[in-house]
Amino acid sequence: MSPQDAISEKNLGRLWLAVVYLFLYIPLIFLIVFSFNSTRQDSVFTGFSMRWYAALLEDSRLVEGFFLSLKVALLSGTLSMILGCFAAFVLVRYLRFSGRTLFYGLVNAPLVMPEVIIGLALLLLMVAVQRALGWPDRGFITIVLGHTLLGMAYATVVIQSRLSEMDRAIEEAAMDLGCKPLQVFFLVTLPTIAPALVSSWLLTFTLSFDDVVISEFLSGPGVTTLPQVIFSYARRGVNPTIYAAATLLIAVVSLGIVVYSLVMLRRQKRLDRDISAAARLG
Amino acid sequence: MKLHNKLGRRLVIGVPYGWLVLFFVLPFLILLRISVTDMGAGVDPFAPVIEHVDGAWRLVLKVQNYLSIFHDSAQGSSGTGRTVYIDAYLTSLKYAFLTTVLCLGLGYPFAYFLARARPAVRPVLLMLVMLPFWTSFLLRVYAWKGILADQGVLNNLLMGLGLIQEPVAMLYTDVSMLVGMTYVYCPFMILPLYANLVKMDRLLLEAARDLGASGWQTFWLITVPLSRSGIVAGCMLVFIPALGEFVIPSLLGGAENIMIGRVVWDEMFSSNNWPRAAALAVVMIVVILVPLAFYYRAGSARAAGTQ
Repeated sequence: MSPQDAISEKNLGRLWLAVVYLFLYIPLIFLIVFSFNSTRQDSVFTGFSMRWYAALLEDSRLVEGFFLSLKVALLSGTLSMILGCFAAFVLVRYLRFSGRTLFYGLVNAPLVMPEVIIGLALLLLMVAVQRALGWPDRGFITIVLGHTLLGMAYATVVIQSRLSEMDRAIEEAAMDLGCKPLQVFFLVTLPTIAPALVSSWLLTFTLSFDDVVISEFLSGPGVTTLPQVIFSYARRGVNPTIYAAATLLIAVVSLGIVVYSLVMLRRQKRLDRDISAAARLG
Repeated sequence: MKLHNKLGRRLVIGVPYGWLVLFFVLPFLILLRISVTDMGAGVDPFAPVIEHVDGAWRLVLKVQNYLSIFHDSAQGSSGTGRTVYIDAYLTSLKYAFLTTVLCLGLGYPFAYFLARARPAVRPVLLMLVMLPFWTSFLLRVYAWKGILADQGVLNNLLMGLGLIQEPVAMLYTDVSMLVGMTYVYCPFMILPLYANLVKMDRLLLEAARDLGASGWQTFWLITVPLSRSGIVAGCMLVFIPALGEFVIPSLLGGAENIMIGRVVWDEMFSSNNWPRAAALAVVMIVVILVPLAFYYRAGSARAAGTQ
């Protein structure tokens, strides 16, 4: 390889990375810039203003949608994490039981099923149940169920990969020292897979908070999540209030990611230090 | 103790299994059942499968809904002998395929260069891919609407640069559809490819270079074949959800860009024809199962090949 080759490949690489990153970030930049625009226009920046942020707080549909989405996402994120933990355990630890292949397929199926189909199928179930039992009405509960079905599949994948990497000798040591299975789980296994539980919760919370398709199928009259409100506004045309909402969301997410990575970095450093200290002792 | 353990095991298996049977298997059985009934009388959106006629129970299965998808009837004709449903399936397949190709073309070099970046900066670069992914998908798609509009930022920019004289229609066309879909699904292609490429044994590449292969030859003969599983996984992750896409055609597509997800929705909520909506969904599942079957066959062939 001639040096010139190496340089041009490096430059091509930088260029390609830059172009794709630009592509990925153009919409975010657009949303942020035009949320501060002083007019309703979205092609020319006419001046700085906070009016769309004020309008956002006064828009009761958006505010109510936000709180509903928050409730739904908190609940379905938590349920997805718990169910995903169970499912990951079954997949990693119980290698032999009748119906395992079916179980494996069922856990992964929601990942490859378009949301339209999941939404439609669940809606038909809910209607059937509602007819038979008179409960539940379409709304909060049905949306949480729908989001949890999808969230569980994602949570399982995340937790499963962590669980399968875990050193089982630690659990066996705890057993030998007289721990009961539940004690082993809560004192040894759970702390070990905790980072995966946190990631799975964050992921499923975000999925739920962002979902529009399943909610559109499963929500009832008067119950609209934030993405549903945004979706209905978005289909009508330009609305800078949404840009303001987007900018706030981008700010929260970026902050969250920065804090999360700092915590993880610190954890990793501490772990590295402990390991090297242990190595010196050994 | 033994008994206790067995009970615990049953519980751990039973909870997720029961959940999935109740909320995944059962809904699909109901979907299948409704897809073979008629529309009900009056306000009832579907008729019962089992009828009580002349003192005997009769199972009624109607394939009418499926026939009406493929066969031209009086309504739903597009003039070419194809039904609107077939058109929608074909449109969906077209966009899913083109999106996959674009994502691969854009994402493969990206993942390749990302995997070759200095190890210290890789986590940051990867995080920068994930960050838009964590902010609302809907809002990012909506932003493209403002960017690609006739009086939008991009047209203004191009006119300001003197590259075009009058606005180019991009919104509500193939352009906006493909930009939106490629934009949304690109990370799904990049992440599995990156995971695959970053693990690749660099010694193999060096060996190829030592044996006289050029940079391009090494890339096409070593890197690409070795990353096949990443390519296949990325393509599946893009193609399947793209096929059922609902939001992007609604926001960025025009009247000609109707995809099957939208049609299912309209049958359900506008026409109130639940049996046909269910039948359309069942056909869609079949369409998805074809690439999935290929995927698993490729996976098992690979597993057999390595043994």
